[in-house]
Amino acid sequence: MVKFTVEDQDGNRQEVEAPMDMGLSLMEVLKASDYPILATCGGMALCATCHVEILDGPSELGEATDVELDQLENLPEYYPTSRLSCQIRISDQLDGAVIKLRGEDVV
Amino acid sequence: MIQTDICIIGAGPVGLFAVFEAGLLKMRCHLIDALPQVGGQLSEIYPQKPIYDIPGYPEIKAQELVDNLMEQIKPFQPTFTLGERVDHLDKQEDGSYMITTNEKTKVHAKVIIIAGGLGCFEPRKPALDNLEEFEGKGVTYMVKNPETFRDKRVVLAGGGDSALDWTIYLAKVAKKVTLVHRNETFRGAPDSASKVFDLANEGKIDLILSSNLKDISGNGKLESVTLEDKSKAEIKIDTDYLIPLFGLSPKLGPIADWGLSIDKNAIEVDTRDYSTGVERIYAIGDINTYPGKLKLILCGFHEAAIMMHSAFKYVYPDQKLSFKYTTVNGVNAF
Repeated sequence: MVKFTVEDQDGNRQEVEAPMDMGLSLMEVLKASDYPILATCGGMALCATCHVEILDGPSELGEATDVELDQLENLPEYYPTSRLSCQIRISDQLDGAVIKLRGEDVV
Repeated sequence: MIQTDICIIGAGPVGLFAVFEAGLLKMRCHLIDALPQVGGQLSEIYPQKPIYDIPGYPEIKAQELVDNLMEQIKPFQPTFTLGERVDHLDKQEDGSYMITTNEKTKVHAKVIIIAGGLGCFEPRKPALDNLEEFEGKGVTYMVKNPETFRDKRVVLAGGGDSALDWTIYLAKVAKKVTLVHRNETFRGAPDSASKVFDLANEGKIDLILSSNLKDISGNGKLESVTLEDKSKAEIKIDTDYLIPLFGLSPKLGPIADWGLSIDKNAIEVDTRDYSTGVERIYAIGDINTYPGKLKLILCGFHEAAIMMHSAFKYVYPDQKLSFKYTTVNGVNAF
């Protein structure tokens, strides 16, 4: 298991624990934890509705891949450590990290 | 006014297949979708992605599935209103419904089926305080008719393919085109990007890189846009139009206002026939929810078949429905 902190759109922080051996993505864990994430495309890095910002964590965690940048750059706003949570595998890299939800409001 | 038996809101895979199931029961369909093309998110988001869980297809590309569905429903001559969003449903005295879109298109139907997926795809908006004040008064998120911009000053914002494509197109039409992009480079199609740089070098457009929209102002209509670069320096550009192009994002939209029972952005239905709590309105596909719901295309197809048998009574109140296989009866075109 790995523990990290999630900050929702309103700034509330909560610790989340996730198993590392199930091949889950951060998006899937956030959805399962009832956070308001649309994940329209289901995890294909094609919609940017699972946008998060890494507030704290190892620097590699804050580095978006090319496929993510294709989406992020289309958004009205993104940040130096913006990621698509569907492209982040649950691993010990997330240990102690702080993740801010940046996806659009669901409603 | 368009007259039909069944009005389907949403022309994604489930909405399209519903036409087939309706057609087998001799019910005509009209489909409305907010996107300018059919196929829903399959065509809009992942046309080239393979899907592996469509029965009978070990693998099929999303757009291919949509094309096949269009072929399959052709005998039943569905009609379409695309690029418009349904705003109002008004119940008529005889129980039927009048449907009105944001473009004031009216459809009269005996039954309504909501196959709206995740809602309607709406443009993402930049965070500007007074943006809404100028919507329709200079701020527009879509180029519907390029002639609107003839001999006008236009500022486009964004770095994706649509921002590049419209910049190239409008450079020929508008009096002045300015493209604002937050980065130094474009990730869109390299061809389009180099064309945009060429236009800028030739002085045919103004290209402002590493800058963001900061503010918009005007008096009753848009008059200027203020940009901010990375060093926080501001420039103000006089303009008639601002077109922010930051992609599309799904929103439940007006569906939330139709008096249906909604749980977590989905419409609650009765699994006996996928009816909503409101008579003559059904919901199928990703937009509905019930215990055990799976958001799969194949589940939406199943829901469409069951639901059409239930809707038959509203279209043919005096007839008894007898179930027939296509292997026995074939497909009887309209």
